Amino acid sequence: MTALSLTVNGAPVKGDVEDRTLLVHFLRDHLHLTGTHVGCDTSQCGACVVHVNGRAVKSCTMFAVQANGDAVLTIEGLGQDGRLHPVQAAFQEHHGLQCGFCTPGMIMTAVDMLARHKQLDETTIRHELEGNICRCTGYLNIIKAIRAAAEAR
Amino acid sequence: MYTSLFRYLRPETLAEAEALFQQSSDARYLAGGQTLIPTMKQRLASPAELIDIGRISSLSFIRRAGDRLTIGAATPHAEVAASAEVRNAIPALAALAGLIGDPAVRHKGTLGGSIANNDPAADYPAGLLALGATAKTTQRTIAADVFFTGMFETALEAGEIVTEVVFPVPRRAGYAKFPNPASRYAMVGVFVAVHTDGVRVAVTGAAPCVFRVPEMEAALVRDFRPEALAQIAVAADGLNSDLFASAEYRAHLVNVMARRAVAAAML
Repeated sequence: MTALSLTVNGAPVKGDVEDRTLLVHFLRDHLHLTGTHVGCDTSQCGACVVHVNGRAVKSCTMFAVQANGDAVLTIEGLGQDGRLHPVQAAFQEHHGLQCGFCTPGMIMTAVDMLARHKQLDETTIRHELEGNICRCTGYLNIIKAIRAAAEAR
Repeated sequence: MYTSLFRYLRPETLAEAEALFQQSSDARYLAGGQTLIPTMKQRLASPAELIDIGRISSLSFIRRAGDRLTIGAATPHAEVAASAEVRNAIPALAALAGLIGDPAVRHKGTLGGSIANNDPAADYPAGLLALGATAKTTQRTIAADVFFTGMFETALEAGEIVTEVVFPVPRRAGYAKFPNPASRYAMVGVFVAVHTDGVRVAVTGAAPCVFRVPEMEAALVRDFRPEALAQIAVAADGLNSDLFASAEYRAHLVNVMARRAVAAAML
C-alpha cells in the first residue's frame, strides 16, 4: 500500500491504495469520479483519457502511484461555476456524441489537442484522434465540434 | 485488479535505481509503461518490484552539438516529435516519433523504454539502426548495430539502464511506415538515411528483429531515387506472418515503404 497525495481537479486529495491500482480505478472507485470511463482496457479506445500535469494520458495504462504528487484533471473538472467548458459546449452544439460513452475521453483529448495546436485542420484532428474510438457517430460531428471549438477561441 | 501484487519504487537517481535493482531478485524498470503496464495487466509480466526511472529528470533532454543530436532516454515521444531541435537536425526522426501509438501514448512512452523493449514492430529501432546511433547506458556505450539482438532481445545486461541515445545528423533521411490500423505498430516501417560515408536502410515490423538491406543501400549510393529500388525484392523467408499480413505481403511492403522513405528523404 502507498499513501497518495495529489491534486485532482484543483483540490488536494489523499488516499491509500495498493501499488497495482490503476489511475482510472483510483478516480472511479476511490474518488467516485465516474466520468472517466473504462472502455477497451487495452490502451486503444481512449475512453479513460485524463490530463496528468497538463498532458493527456490513458488512465488505464498508468498506476495511481505514478501520479503521486501530480495534478490530475478529469472531465468533472473541466467546467467552471456550473458552465460547460467551450469544448463541452461545442460537442453539445454540434451533436458530437450519440451514446456518450467515449465522450469524456474525446473531450479530454480535444482539450489537450487545442492546447498544443494553434491551428487545427481536419487532417490534424483526425491524426490526433487516433487514440480515441467512437462506435456511434462516425466521427464527423466530433470533428465538427473540435473545429468549431478551435475557431471560437 | 489486473496485475499481480508488486511494490512501486521511485528512486531519485540512476545510482539509487541500480542499487534497488541489485537488491531485488525480480525487479523491472518502469519508464513510460505503455508496453510494460498492458503486459502486466495480461499477467505476461509479474515483477515483484517496479522501479520507476521515468521521472529521473537527468534522463529527459534534447541536445544538439555540431553533427550530433543527443536525446535522453526518458524523453517522451511527444517531446521528440514536437522538438524544434529534432525537427531541424533530423526531421525524419521527429516524424517517426509523431507516428508512434497515439497522442496519449506519446505523452508517456519514452525512447529508452522503446529500444530496451525492442518490440519487432516498434518504430525507434529502425531510426537508430539507419542513423547509426549509439546508446549510452549506465555501464557502457552500445552501437545500434549490435544493440538489437533479436525479438524483444537487446545487448543490455540485467539491471543496465539506457541513459541517452546519440544520433549522428545525416545529410538527409526519411521514414515511411504502414501502420496496423488498430494498434499503429508498424506492419512494416523503413528508415533511410544518407550519411557522408554511405546510405543505411533499416526495416522494422517485417521480421523478428530490425534489419538492414545492403542491396538497397548499394543501389541508393549509386542513384538516390525511389526508382533505384524498383527491382530489389526482399525474400519472404523468415519474415513475420500473422493474421494481419503474410510474410509475402510484408516482403512486398518493405519495397513500397523503402521507396516512400526515399521520396520523403528527398523533400
